[in-house]
Amino acid sequence: MYKIAVMGDMDSVLGFKALGLEVCPVSNPEEGHEALHRMAKENYAIIYMTEQLAAKLGPDIARYKDALTPAIILIPGKEGSLGIGMANVKQSVERAVGADIL
Amino acid sequence: MPSATINPTRMELTRLKGRLKTAQRGHKLLKDKRDELMKQFMDVVRENRELRRRVEEGLMRAHGSFTVAAALMSPEMLEQSLLYPKQSVELEMTFQNVMSVDVPQYQFHTTSQDPGEVYPYGFAQTSGELDDAVDAMSQVFRDMLRLAEVEKTSQLLAEEIEKTRRRVNALEYVKIPEMQSSIKYISMKLDENERANTIRLMKVKDMILKEAILEKREADEKVLEAFHETPIEL
Repeated sequence: MYKIAVMGDMDSVLGFKALGLEVCPVSNPEEGHEALHRMAKENYAIIYMTEQLAAKLGPDIARYKDALTPAIILIPGKEGSLGIGMANVKQSVERAVGADIL
Repeated sequence: MPSATINPTRMELTRLKGRLKTAQRGHKLLKDKRDELMKQFMDVVRENRELRRRVEEGLMRAHGSFTVAAALMSPEMLEQSLLYPKQSVELEMTFQNVMSVDVPQYQFHTTSQDPGEVYPYGFAQTSGELDDAVDAMSQVFRDMLRLAEVEKTSQLLAEEIEKTRRRVNALEYVKIPEMQSSIKYISMKLDENERANTIRLMKVKDMILKEAILEKREADEKVLEAFHETPIEL
């Protein structure tokens, strides 16, 4: 039995509560850092994170990139997409192929 | 140039030849693995891009409605309406093995099957935009789960491809040439020793022959002298 969490600022993540997901409102990066590591230790399989928050937690996210759980998936926050999610896809292509071929 | 530490012996040569064979076999296998991983990776990445675009669009729509709802309702009201969700999501995770990489697969089921049951609040005191927002989110949620699966898979595959590529290159450009040159060095050295040995034997044979000839000559001379000294009786 695994859990799904949504991290980000209050206004961006509140809607997910209605879907039955666990919501973790975070107001500053330090709080996010702590919450992320706490959740990674518990059995959270997926953590959705707003790009706005992810931009400030780069090194923490990179730590879990090669681990099987949790999968940290970036979603746009209420201010809109910053393009980090797409850039990450691009980055993994570059990592595997050596060049961006798409 | 092979490193200075190899012994030019026949045993070392046999050992190196065995290692080279293993390395070449490994290289071929790893190359096949890399190619197949790459093929799978490309499929996954294409799906990943497509899904991400869809999810981002869907979420932006949901956020738009949500912002309007937040503007129309007081923050306390809004939080209260969403505080106790009616449904909850249960997630199961299994692993699929793609070319020796474990990738996750998620199965989820919601506690209520009716899609109209996602609204955890009464309709009387909430704004219609909130319904839209929740509706948009529940629609995009299935794609979000699939996105999580695909994106994690692509990250894990990318890591494995990088590792395999390094190994292939290390074998192809460092290990195998190194061993080949070592083998060449040893066999040259052994051949050289062989030739040196032959020459030495030839030399020794020459010396012995020369001695034998000299001895023979001396003996002949003695015989000849004795022959001359004896008076010839006619």
